[in-house]
Amino acid sequence: MADAEEPMAVDGGQMDGGCDWDGRWNHVRKFLERPGPFTHPDFEPSTESLQFLLETCKILVIGAGGLGCELLKDLALSGFRLIHVVDMDTIDVSNLNRQFLFRPKDVGRPKADVAADFVNSRIPGCKVVPHFKKIQDFDDSFYRQFHIIVCGLDSIIARRWMNGMLISLLTYEDGVLDPSSIIPLIDGGTEGFKGNARVILPGMTACIDCTLELYPPQINFPMCTIASMPRLPEHCIEYARILQWPKEKPFGDNSLDGDSPEHIQWVFDRAQERAAEFNITGVTYRLTQGVVKRIIPAVASTNAVIAAACATEVFKIATSAYIPLNNYLVFNDVDGLYTYTFEAERKENCSACSQVPQDLQFSPSAKLQEVLEYLTENASLQMKSPAITTTLEGKNKTLYLQSVKSIEERTRPNLCKTLKELGLSDGQELAVADVTTPQTVLFKLNFTT
Amino acid sequence: MAATKASKEQKYDRQLRLWGDHGQEALENAHVCLINATATGTEILKNLVLPGIGAFTIVDGHTVSGEDVGNNFFLSNNSIGKNRAQAATELLQELNSDVSGNFFEECPDKLLDNDPEFFQRFTLVIGVQLPESTCLRLGSVLWSASVPFLVCKTYGLIGYMRLVVQEHTVIESHPDNALEDLRLDQPFAELKNHIKTYDLDSMDKKDHSHTPWVIVVAKYLEKWLSEHNCQPPKNYKEKEAFRQLIREGILKKENGVPEDEENFEEAIKNVNTALNATKVPTAVEDLFNSEQCNNITAPTLPFWVMLRAVKEFVLNEGHGSLPVRGTIPDMIADSKKFISLQNVYREKAMQDAAAVFKHVESLLQSVGKPPESISEKDIKLFCKNSSFLRVVRCRSLAEEYSVDSVNKDEITSCMDNPDSEMVFYLMLRAVDRFYQQHSRYPGVYNYQVEEDISKLKLCVNSLLQEYSLNVNIKDDYVHEFCRYGAAEPHTVAAFLGGSAAQEAIKIISHQFVPFSNTFIYNAMSQTSATLQL
Repeated sequence: MADAEEPMAVDGGQMDGGCDWDGRWNHVRKFLERPGPFTHPDFEPSTESLQFLLETCKILVIGAGGLGCELLKDLALSGFRLIHVVDMDTIDVSNLNRQFLFRPKDVGRPKADVAADFVNSRIPGCKVVPHFKKIQDFDDSFYRQFHIIVCGLDSIIARRWMNGMLISLLTYEDGVLDPSSIIPLIDGGTEGFKGNARVILPGMTACIDCTLELYPPQINFPMCTIASMPRLPEHCIEYARILQWPKEKPFGDNSLDGDSPEHIQWVFDRAQERAAEFNITGVTYRLTQGVVKRIIPAVASTNAVIAAACATEVFKIATSAYIPLNNYLVFNDVDGLYTYTFEAERKENCSACSQVPQDLQFSPSAKLQEVLEYLTENASLQMKSPAITTTLEGKNKTLYLQSVKSIEERTRPNLCKTLKELGLSDGQELAVADVTTPQTVLFKLNFTT
Repeated sequence: MAATKASKEQKYDRQLRLWGDHGQEALENAHVCLINATATGTEILKNLVLPGIGAFTIVDGHTVSGEDVGNNFFLSNNSIGKNRAQAATELLQELNSDVSGNFFEECPDKLLDNDPEFFQRFTLVIGVQLPESTCLRLGSVLWSASVPFLVCKTYGLIGYMRLVVQEHTVIESHPDNALEDLRLDQPFAELKNHIKTYDLDSMDKKDHSHTPWVIVVAKYLEKWLSEHNCQPPKNYKEKEAFRQLIREGILKKENGVPEDEENFEEAIKNVNTALNATKVPTAVEDLFNSEQCNNITAPTLPFWVMLRAVKEFVLNEGHGSLPVRGTIPDMIADSKKFISLQNVYREKAMQDAAAVFKHVESLLQSVGKPPESISEKDIKLFCKNSSFLRVVRCRSLAEEYSVDSVNKDEITSCMDNPDSEMVFYLMLRAVDRFYQQHSRYPGVYNYQVEEDISKLKLCVNSLLQEYSLNVNIKDDYVHEFCRYGAAEPHTVAAFLGGSAAQEAIKIISHQFVPFSNTFIYNAMSQTSATLQL
């Protein structure tokens, strides 16, 4: 609110970089060059902090969608210039109501590329580097280069993977965590009018898996309801998607593509027929699409709020300007505006960050199938398709693996065998791999009587 | 190229699932005015342009400075020296071709001097980074014109919003955790008859296991009532006994082991809420007792006419209850049983809505308005939402600022808590006072920070004295607000931008409930508070 005619409001020299103009960073510099009563204990006012942001600090943004677009803008306008962004998706027309770096002409192009181009051209000096890739396409050498990583993901699996990756980068000396190996992870998520932002210091504060129960597993309708007892329009849609489509193969051997209007129309028509059979009302095209694609409603405003909160934390951590959020913020603006801030606690035996081998309690006569169900259904583990291996007689043995067809077929009979029959003994270590983590999780088998 | 309806449906799909086609229509018919295209202002507008607001007009007399471009995504460095309203309009317009963007290169004070009626054309006015005097003048004009006013300010790490609207009605509040309207405590005739068609004891296993839990609870409630002198289970002990009664009704296998009857488990789980007494919520009772409800005249808005009609229904056909909502939750049951139960509630809801419709008609006739002025569709929607109706009323800025009507209680009680955000409200008021006295904000230049601390402290003290506020504000806050130097960091502006835009959408669409009346965001601690001032 300083009058525009007045000279530069913060006394200081011209910044180098060539593309800066008088007063450009005034709003930021007041927080870096002035002492204050509420700053972080480590904070020291200096003109070098801004230089650090502009020239050295490297931030990784994961996702260039609803949160990602906002994050790139927020970071760029806070002084960050060395930003990488990873996103495996291309732009869809339904993104345009909130992913403001994209235009109708960009539909079909990679989000990361378009987002980087837009920000770099709008914010002189900003050098966003795009990666049209999955996070799993990179290894530790890529992630290690960043000072802070901020996520705007729409998948819990991807979050857990990222979480696991940063935990794997931690180094310990004589059992003591080396602080320089910690890369802070700021994670944001939104759904409709609700959102959350959290600060994770891997190895020090609660990680994603420590609070897995905050994300209850997605409920799918029971098959018997869908197959023989529909009551809701959603049941009719799922009937068409899960049972009729594979049977009738209306478009050949192609799997159902939620983005194909023809496919959705087919499901919609079949769902309407089924609904008519049972006198169920409410099947609409919009509902059909929503169920098939598991659409989560989204608006610009919630993404703006959550990304802003995340970007504020990135700034605080990068500059030590203020004490960061400790450590979880919840937001909801359905009725007025509601925020709740609390400290999520670490889980003593967290399967991701506790370094404690996980306990598996089973009777030796339990079948391997039961172990598999435990790994997927347990609220703290929620694995998707775990692959279980162990060492027997000095050799590595795969007990069960789902993701490779030939191995799945070969190991499937093991599911019906008991743990004893498989040659496992009390105290045996099982190594479990899964999409939810980049590193295998070690479990210790404890036989119960 | 104008977007076709189909492509707009695709583009707006994700938000249509929140506020529906009618909410979108309201948005597309709205014209919002933004005063001052600072970062906060353009961020708010961005979140209105993207979802397809009909039109916006930016009023701003400032020229773009280097500092402005530094924190604002919608100003570029080649617009330095140009008028800020025009520069921002260009880049905001570019976001969405469905939206019509306009600008006025004028200070709001000048407009208020020369053409105060200028603001009457807007659905909503959003004033950003306004000095106190301008804000109060604008507030007064908009209050008289009944145009909603949203005041927003980003000051250092503090975000501030104030909603000024006389009366804002909400039919579709979309509550997060609404209780079901099942009427098990006082089943209407058709429900009673439907329950009678079931005889749990004579059913085969398949039917028994697929009977809706609502019927199960109803049946066992009948049993309980007959054994307990028509008194339903009230306390925990009785409800436990009632749950046990239901549990004993689960079919048993030949060896005495209970069968797997999920519908009975659902019944047991739902006992707690299912037995809740059906009654008119206090909030709705209060609305029934309000002046607007009881004094229907020709200009009375449809909301109040419908509310009065519902009140008449409650007093007559409803026998003390609101119209039946007509929806039931999903529950384990075979299709036929579920659908027929659902239809019992649906048909009753239609019946009740028809009765309300008659009351609406006669009310309209009594004030000389055609009975078709309120549609059946609107009445049905109103009835369905009758438990969730909300009316938001905010005090005027004049009332907030007047020594005679300042909300001392709210201020002093909040300030009793050392963590309260109220201190930031008081600091913002003090800073406004500083601006009035010195024609600048404190600590804008480095050399000013130290010396302005004592000046700002004087403003704080005079503020507290003027309003006779017996509260203490620590020196640290005075120092911090001098340190801020009226900075508008982008991330705080962006947080406020999202928050304010959604409140604006609530006002425009009349869906979801707006805050009332002051919101403070503290980016240092990532906390917030809503205050009534």
